[in-house]
Amino acid sequence: MLELSNVHVVFNKGTVNEKHALKGVNLTINQGDFVTVIGGNGAGKSTMLNSIAGAFSIESGSIKLDGVEISKLPDYKRASFISRVFQDPLIGTAGNMSIEENLALAARRGKRRTLKWYTNNEEREYFKALLAEFDLGLEDRMMQKVGTLSGGQRQAITLLMASLASPKLLLLDEHTAALDPKTALKVLNVTKKIAGQNNLTVLMITHNMSDAIAYGNKLIMMNEGNIVFTSEGEEKKELTIPFLMDKFERTVGEKLGGDKMLLG
Amino acid sequence: MFFESLLNAIPGGIALGLIWAILALGVYITYRLLDFADLTVDGSLATGGCVAIVLTVEGINPILAMIVAFFAGAAAGVVTALLNTKLKIPAILSGILTMSALYSVNKRILGGRANVSSAAAETLVGRVANLLNMDYRGLDKNLISIMICIVILAILVGFLYWFFGTEKGSAIRATGNNKVMATAQGINTDRCKIIALALSNGLAALSGAMISQHNFSADVNMASGTIVIGLASIVIGELIFGEKLSFWIKLVGVIVGSLIYRLIFVVAVQLGLKTDDLKLIASIIIVIALCLPTIKNKIFALKSKGGKANAGA
Repeated sequence: MLELSNVHVVFNKGTVNEKHALKGVNLTINQGDFVTVIGGNGAGKSTMLNSIAGAFSIESGSIKLDGVEISKLPDYKRASFISRVFQDPLIGTAGNMSIEENLALAARRGKRRTLKWYTNNEEREYFKALLAEFDLGLEDRMMQKVGTLSGGQRQAITLLMASLASPKLLLLDEHTAALDPKTALKVLNVTKKIAGQNNLTVLMITHNMSDAIAYGNKLIMMNEGNIVFTSEGEEKKELTIPFLMDKFERTVGEKLGGDKMLLG
Repeated sequence: MFFESLLNAIPGGIALGLIWAILALGVYITYRLLDFADLTVDGSLATGGCVAIVLTVEGINPILAMIVAFFAGAAAGVVTALLNTKLKIPAILSGILTMSALYSVNKRILGGRANVSSAAAETLVGRVANLLNMDYRGLDKNLISIMICIVILAILVGFLYWFFGTEKGSAIRATGNNKVMATAQGINTDRCKIIALALSNGLAALSGAMISQHNFSADVNMASGTIVIGLASIVIGELIFGEKLSFWIKLVGVIVGSLIYRLIFVVAVQLGLKTDDLKLIASIIIVIALCLPTIKNKIFALKSKGGKANAGA
């Protein structure tokens, strides 16, 4: 359903700061896949996600979603079928706007925004039920500004927003990295629930190796702008952290991640 | 003697306060909702005044002249928005470029003259005066302008409350609040900026058009310092009304801010300041309003420091 072939991304081309961030990435993901992405700093994980979302244009190669080339579409148009959650909980929501307004904006992702009122009673009830389902204690605070909520609450709302308007693909860029372990776990559970309920195709970057193993049906490891290891299905279920560490050391020739990844 | 001349000056102050409140609402859209420091208004307000007075002199219905003025200002806003979104010129510079270019445009609109006057009876104020059997000279003139502005402002507050509550309007607010989020929600942020800047500068031009109808003339220099007056109205309104309020009260706050700013100025002039000091006063008011939170934090920090020291002892 998502197909990257020979994708190259170069930043600051023709300057002394030129960086070849993606070097011919090939990746195929099927409908309903939950793919976890690991790799060291500067491996190209976020660059790959951002190139799919359209934050910048790619140098060469193609990105196809359901057979349609999307690499030339501007990012806001790709948002009709691709939703995102960012690492920084402040980025995914509009802090000066209410929970209800944020959800209503997301529910209209990919639709023409008209001169009708931003939401209606039927939709309000729907949002309320959604919020209640995720047990965040927010269903009675719909008019509260999102800026007054905690990082974990904001991230959960961003996830809810990302699941609205039936996207084809959900991109998660270390969306639990800025949260405390307890909240991170809660948000991950919400992630799993939302992905399962909506049968979403998910691409999740994580710094946490055990999360990368525990979640999803496919794992990819990146290094220096390319995918260096892929594991899926039954084989992925058997993965262990020491195995991944060893794999990384042997393919890359240096230690992966450090304490943060080990302890996670 | 002082109070008598002050009392005489107040109706004129109220009239100007309400006329400039139209501009302040426009600045509120860019400064507060879109988070775009737009200096275009320093030109587009005069564009509105020039277009309206020239059309009035030509004998066109002044209401129609003011509507045309609105669209002329909106076009200027679109130019700034295109410079910023399509050519990637920084917001402030985009506004400055358009504003500067508008000086030449405005002069051409006035046929190369620095100012143009209309027969008073042909203007909106004059026509309303004739309709109501009032005298458009002297005190009646201010009263008529006040009535016209109350009607315009009531319509504007209603319109802006409705518009920014619609799907399109909330997309514009999201663009101003968090551009990355807005893009991720599929909002075309460039288009939102274009709409908001068009509306904002349209209102600035409408304000300029009303000034021309009130003064029976327009001047190419009438808009210098406009942005500062708009900002002063906004910050005064927020100081008085606070921030945790529903949107329409915030809009009323901007209008009240414009009125108070004008009345401060009326008092200052009666106390002996020159009309040319207006802009200095505006800048000082904005500086005070903008640095109040910083000062509050400093005082708070000092207090809690003192408290800790006491607790330690």
